[in-house]
Amino acid sequence: MQQVFSIPKSMKENFKYTFCPGCDHGIAIRLLAEVLDELGIQDKTICAASIGCSVFIYDFINVDCIEAPHGRALAEATGVKRARPDKVVFTYQGDGDFASIGLAESMHAAFRGERITALMLNNTTYGMTGGQHGPTTMMGQVTTTSPTGRNREYYGYPARMAEQIALADGCAFSARVALDSIQHINEAKKAIKNAFQVQLDGIGLGFVEILSTCPTNWHMTPEQAHERVRNDMVKTFPLGVFKNFE
Amino acid sequence: MSETDKVLIKGNYAIAQAAVNAGCQCYFGYPITPQTEIGEYLSGKMQELRRGYVCAESELAAINMVIGAVSTGVKAMTSSSSCAVALMQEALSYAASDELPVVLVNVMRAGPGLGYIYPAQGDYNQSVYGGGNGDYKIIVLAPSTVQECIDLTYKSFYLAHKYKNPVILLADGLLGQMMEPASFGEYPYPEIDNSSWALTGAKGRNSRAIYSCARDEKKQIEHINHLFEKFELISKNETSWEEFETDDADIILTAFGSMTRNIKAAMKVLREKGIKAGCFRPITLSPFPHKRINELGKQGKDFIVVEMNMGQMFKDVKYAVNGESKTELVNRPVGEWLKVEEIVSAVEKITEKSYAASI
Amino acid sequence: MGKIVIDNNRCKSCYICTETCPKKLIKKSNKTNRLGDYMVEFDDPKGECIGCAMCAKRCPDMAITEVWR
Repeated sequence: MQQVFSIPKSMKENFKYTFCPGCDHGIAIRLLAEVLDELGIQDKTICAASIGCSVFIYDFINVDCIEAPHGRALAEATGVKRARPDKVVFTYQGDGDFASIGLAESMHAAFRGERITALMLNNTTYGMTGGQHGPTTMMGQVTTTSPTGRNREYYGYPARMAEQIALADGCAFSARVALDSIQHINEAKKAIKNAFQVQLDGIGLGFVEILSTCPTNWHMTPEQAHERVRNDMVKTFPLGVFKNFE
Repeated sequence: MSETDKVLIKGNYAIAQAAVNAGCQCYFGYPITPQTEIGEYLSGKMQELRRGYVCAESELAAINMVIGAVSTGVKAMTSSSSCAVALMQEALSYAASDELPVVLVNVMRAGPGLGYIYPAQGDYNQSVYGGGNGDYKIIVLAPSTVQECIDLTYKSFYLAHKYKNPVILLADGLLGQMMEPASFGEYPYPEIDNSSWALTGAKGRNSRAIYSCARDEKKQIEHINHLFEKFELISKNETSWEEFETDDADIILTAFGSMTRNIKAAMKVLREKGIKAGCFRPITLSPFPHKRINELGKQGKDFIVVEMNMGQMFKDVKYAVNGESKTELVNRPVGEWLKVEEIVSAVEKITEKSYAASI
Repeated sequence: MGKIVIDNNRCKSCYICTETCPKKLIKKSNKTNRLGDYMVEFDDPKGECIGCAMCAKRCPDMAITEVWR
């Protein structure tokens, strides 16, 4: 028999995820590690971690990491890349980090066309603080700070980052993917790989928005949460590649 | 350093060129008067030398870019001014906890709030005590001449890397905009090996993570104790100050930064008038020369602190003197520097008063 | 013909794998983990596993550490 699946080499030995059961962070990090393995770049990659559930990436992945203050991951990644242009640099952020508090850093890294790969997990809420309304919370969604659901009057509309980042001239690749099915997981990996490839080719910023579950704060079972991604989230956040500068 | 090396140069340009000479690999900045010339100068220079330069989208981004760059072991800096340095306080707290050699040049302007571009020394507290959260210490160096802008820029990079601690070079608008003859010489310090901690990719070793997230309470207690032990060492090794004619002095005029120039002149006038004045000027505001000030206080010498703020350093001097002798404040919140004659008459008033009180 | 290896230390009993397996070869077992949740087990008496690795790909905790085909 032949081994067709194993733990990626870019994961730390004996790592154990500390995410909630059914959380898609684990899959996203695995795909990232597989991509680093396949491109053979683990030993020259530096990660800028962010604040939120995503911060713990340095516990799991065998890559040099700097923890950025909330929202500043792409600024720190810019500093790393400008200091060491020969290294591969990526950020791993949540939607709150990337699209709310760090929006200026995110957009300007894209405008400048930094040779960086940015991964943003979008779970439509602030997970670590217990499920508050965030920049990507969907219309009608109930959170602890939108108790009657997101409405236009008090909250306005959710941010669609994959489309926004794609508009920047410096963005080389922008895609939105999901992790709710095998097909989508395969597509997500391809997108992450592309987002690294544009960096390696020196073209510009590679960005992937990953639709992710938060079963705990959505008060759903893992499978219900994936159904929500499949049936509801993709209506607000359509999957696809919005920019691919080949 | 010979006379022939001297160039007539503005403080801001001097700091910028000194950073280049010190081997600063990356500069990230956002414009703000009165330090904008630093970014202007370095934008061209860094590109010419193929080093890192970014017109950052904000001061927040700029200081975080510095954190990113120095985390890979290179020298990097940003520069800004008072109200914008306030924006950077979060990052300084992170950098201090992460033990990263961040160099920040603060060319002070007037506050609070937006304030204005006339000079002031209102950032003593912001620099020495910090506006960031938690317990941490920053090394703060205060130049008083353009020559010192150069020398202390060199020292900032050296100390930052030697102790893995953020350093603030605290200049003011007066120094930044003033031209004086100065000589650069060469970067006089040894290079520090950062290879034991820098993030360079996990090649042939386990991965490293630099973070301030502290899930383990006990480890965090150890970490903070370590930071403060380190600062004790910095305090022991690096505390520096300047004294003039303190030996026979009854009164010691004390100032930092460019106000030092005026107290030196005032000292001479006072001596001519028969008042035995001396001068004391901390070069490192943090670590502060508490011990020396206390010694002088024990010798019965009174301190008059002259500064362009509401008495920020005055509190430290008073704390250092610890009641051994008298401490007085001569100050103006912002704006035109206290003139020599103003300082002289203020000192005369204080001495008359204390003479009257003693009889 | 295939097989999988489950690391029960990593499993958090989210049961995504039990739904995902096209042959329904992963089941809730009677054994519980430290949190009192029923662990999953690979139960393939007839050798039906095709080694598709879908379970491993969807496991959020990489608790399915090996897949053989």
